[in-house]
Amino acid sequence: MYSHLLPEFAVERIEDRCIHCRVCERQCATDVHYYDAELDKMFFHEEACVGCQRCAVFCPTNALFIRPHPAEYRPNSSWNREKLQDLKKQAETGGVILTGSGNDKPYRIYWDHLVLNASQVTNPSIDPLREPMELKTFLGRKPDNLEIDLNKEEVKIKSELCSNVSITTPIVFSAMSYGAISYQAFKSLAMAAKKFGTLFNTGEGGLPLNMRKDYGRNAIVQCASGRFGVDLEYLNAACAIEIKIGQGAKPGIGGHLPGEKVSENIAVTRMIPHGTDALSPAPQHDIYSIEDLSMLIYALKEATNYEKPVSVKIAAVHNVAAIASGIVRAGADIVAIDGLRGGTGAAPKAIRDNVGIPLELALAAVDKRLREEGIRNKCSILAAGGIRCSADVMKAIALGADAVYIGTAALVAMGCTLCQKCYTGKCTWGICTQDPYLSKRLNPEITGQRLINLLSGWSHEIKEMLGGMGINAIESLRGNREHLRGVGLAEWELDVLGVKGAGE
Amino acid sequence: MLMKKNYQSERHIPAKDIEACGLFGVMNIRGQKFGALKAIEAIKNIKVRGNGLGGGFAVYGLYPDYKDYYALHIMFQNKDLKAKEKTENFLGEHFELIFDEEIPTNPQVSPFCPPLVWRYFVTPKKGEMEQAIPDDEYVTSRVMYINSYIEEAYVFSSGKDMGVFKGVGFPEEIAAYFMLDRLYEGYIWTVHSRFPTNTPGWWGGAHPFSILDWTVVHNGEISSYGTNKRFLEMYDYYCTLHTDTEVMAYAVDLLMRRQGLPIEIVAKIFAPSMWDIIEHLPEKEKKLYTTLRMVYAPLLMNGPFTVIVAHHHEMFGLTDRIRLRPITAGAKDDLVFLSSEEAAIRHVCPDLDLVWTPQGGEPVVVRLNSEDHLKSLNKSI
Ligand code: SF4
Ligand code: SF4
Repeated sequence: MYSHLLPEFAVERIEDRCIHCRVCERQCATDVHYYDAELDKMFFHEEACVGCQRCAVFCPTNALFIRPHPAEYRPNSSWNREKLQDLKKQAETGGVILTGSGNDKPYRIYWDHLVLNASQVTNPSIDPLREPMELKTFLGRKPDNLEIDLNKEEVKIKSELCSNVSITTPIVFSAMSYGAISYQAFKSLAMAAKKFGTLFNTGEGGLPLNMRKDYGRNAIVQCASGRFGVDLEYLNAACAIEIKIGQGAKPGIGGHLPGEKVSENIAVTRMIPHGTDALSPAPQHDIYSIEDLSMLIYALKEATNYEKPVSVKIAAVHNVAAIASGIVRAGADIVAIDGLRGGTGAAPKAIRDNVGIPLELALAAVDKRLREEGIRNKCSILAAGGIRCSADVMKAIALGADAVYIGTAALVAMGCTLCQKCYTGKCTWGICTQDPYLSKRLNPEITGQRLINLLSGWSHEIKEMLGGMGINAIESLRGNREHLRGVGLAEWELDVLGVKGAGE
Repeated sequence: MLMKKNYQSERHIPAKDIEACGLFGVMNIRGQKFGALKAIEAIKNIKVRGNGLGGGFAVYGLYPDYKDYYALHIMFQNKDLKAKEKTENFLGEHFELIFDEEIPTNPQVSPFCPPLVWRYFVTPKKGEMEQAIPDDEYVTSRVMYINSYIEEAYVFSSGKDMGVFKGVGFPEEIAAYFMLDRLYEGYIWTVHSRFPTNTPGWWGGAHPFSILDWTVVHNGEISSYGTNKRFLEMYDYYCTLHTDTEVMAYAVDLLMRRQGLPIEIVAKIFAPSMWDIIEHLPEKEKKLYTTLRMVYAPLLMNGPFTVIVAHHHEMFGLTDRIRLRPITAGAKDDLVFLSSEEAAIRHVCPDLDLVWTPQGGEPVVVRLNSEDHLKSLNKSI
């Protein structure tokens, strides 16, 4: 262990509540708790605690309290505790500091500075319990216009249409690969997406063969830099294909699934030898320019007979608007933008916390640019990275998104507590782990239902908010920035968001 | 086509006008012309729908003697003669001028701050490079130029054999000012009485709103304004008046004039059926309506509205998909009426043959020499 480090969490056990049932000991994946039979007493090593709260939740007598460790260095706003601890860790290991989940730094969260509108007097609000309220959304390229053949009474569409995917709510599960997450977690997402009529994203780890028939129609399959598990059958099993260029949590960085996590089934799914490291290069080595991207897009379309929309996912970086425009012109049907706060299973902390720009600003800029160039309807925009609640979904759509990707929110619904230790493979909640003892904690039937509940709760809330605005179809909110106002934002921020200040 | 105003950010675009209104339209389906009286009396009957800050009329079949020429009704704010001179120089460059005169007004009536209103009958004078441009496009872009770049000048209407008369005041005052009942006849009259809640009266801001021979009178507040506006901007329509009516008019222009879709289809774009209903339609219709909604989702007009759109040979009325605003249709012999209230129709035609309330999203299409309006009767409430 790190000799100069303070523990991150303090464990407190109220002795007279403890009944020595040893639940905490069994639940903990980092061996914090242990039982001394001679003394008939529970003890703990608190330096191993990651604050996942599993024990506190499962303790039948509420005897446990896990809190950030109170020990403090001399207060210093520049050299704060986190900086000091990181320095000490590196001094002891000489390595890159890894972390999991999303950026936790206090960058401005624009969602919390945007407020929504509602109808008063001049137009009526609509009651979603009495009137239909429609969230159905299409993802894919739309033509500029429809040519229609009016033959007497028969009306025929002459224009050729690109394929679109329809979803029942503008919320899609973000890319989380089998390998990064457990089979149980992966399957829970697939089951929930299917039942609710939305989509899940396989991430770059392939789609297990046994899931293709049942869940392929609800899967966006990824084609990432490692090309794991990509073959014709994989592509054709899906309803949409996503080329992963970048990820909000680690723009410009590849991935690394250590060999010990590559179990037999993962190996088959990824099409790599059992137990070998799965390395995703930082770039896709056949894409060094926009023309190359275009070639891959069309290669994928050819491979799937132009039946599936192709998405390109990028991290929100400084020139995101220009890049997105290039992507649409290269032939993508969907542009997915992953912002600064997007999650990850493992990323260097320096990158997670410092590279990229906030989703809200990126999204507003992309939507504006695509509209200015007259190509906004040629693609759908999927916004990802830090969508925490239904109101964030509304705000993202009002800024211009067609739908949102949720990753972290879905994990939390499954049990995740954002302990950020996904990269250790010891997720006590059974999500980010390949340890069967841990992953069997998730029952896909039950966890899937939790995800469905989440989608349904958010959808109800979205309907309420839409109704309040006097809108009964989600498409009428899309890019409708008149329904947003900024609070506590500077001029330049309002300008970039294209949103008036409250009261303006 | 239209002029883009460059804003540093969308946040500097002025806020939308909010208004409620009364609407009335009447058409003789045999093309027989009649005077302004019906329109005036009907709109007087629904005075409560306006607040005297705007009224206006559109008349079709107005200038039979000049029916081959574009009739431009142009107002000059504050009777600004410099603006008039500039406009006339511009017109001289781009059009052959056939005839022009001041639109006569009644000196006994003194409305609020009247502008000078002039009419010009013109025909395009295209340069060598411009021969390929259709006349309509040519005229539209010149009209937009005047509206955007010549200060104090504003074009009320620019179609052939039709015209718009509008201003600040109750519609009957505007009618009296322009002496509509004494001087003009037409086979379609539409009229609008305005109740703006946040704009000072400006003559150009009154309705009908017009492009070429298309006129729109509209009532309601469209909650999807931002979505609609942004979509239209991609097709080079830049909203300069910041009203729902303008958005509606541009959408009509894009879909009907430029893309050639019939109103029956356009109605399903502005006020589409619910997915629940679409899903239960026969396969062919299901596909059509699903595709329409998918492709034209940004032109769904969400929120309460009633609109009456007219152009030569056709007038139609439509209300929003869940009928938050009413529309009533009536018919008597060759006359077909549309209005936001039934009372207005009954006031001018107490012995109607038929009167009906169309469903939300079901257009009432009144066409010359046809009985198409009766189609909506079958589906009425
Ligand atoms: S789970 Fe609670 S009651 Fe059981 S041993 Fe641990 S602290 Fe004691
Ligand atoms: S997925 Fe598991 S390891 Fe990762 S942050 Fe959540 S609880 Fe921690």
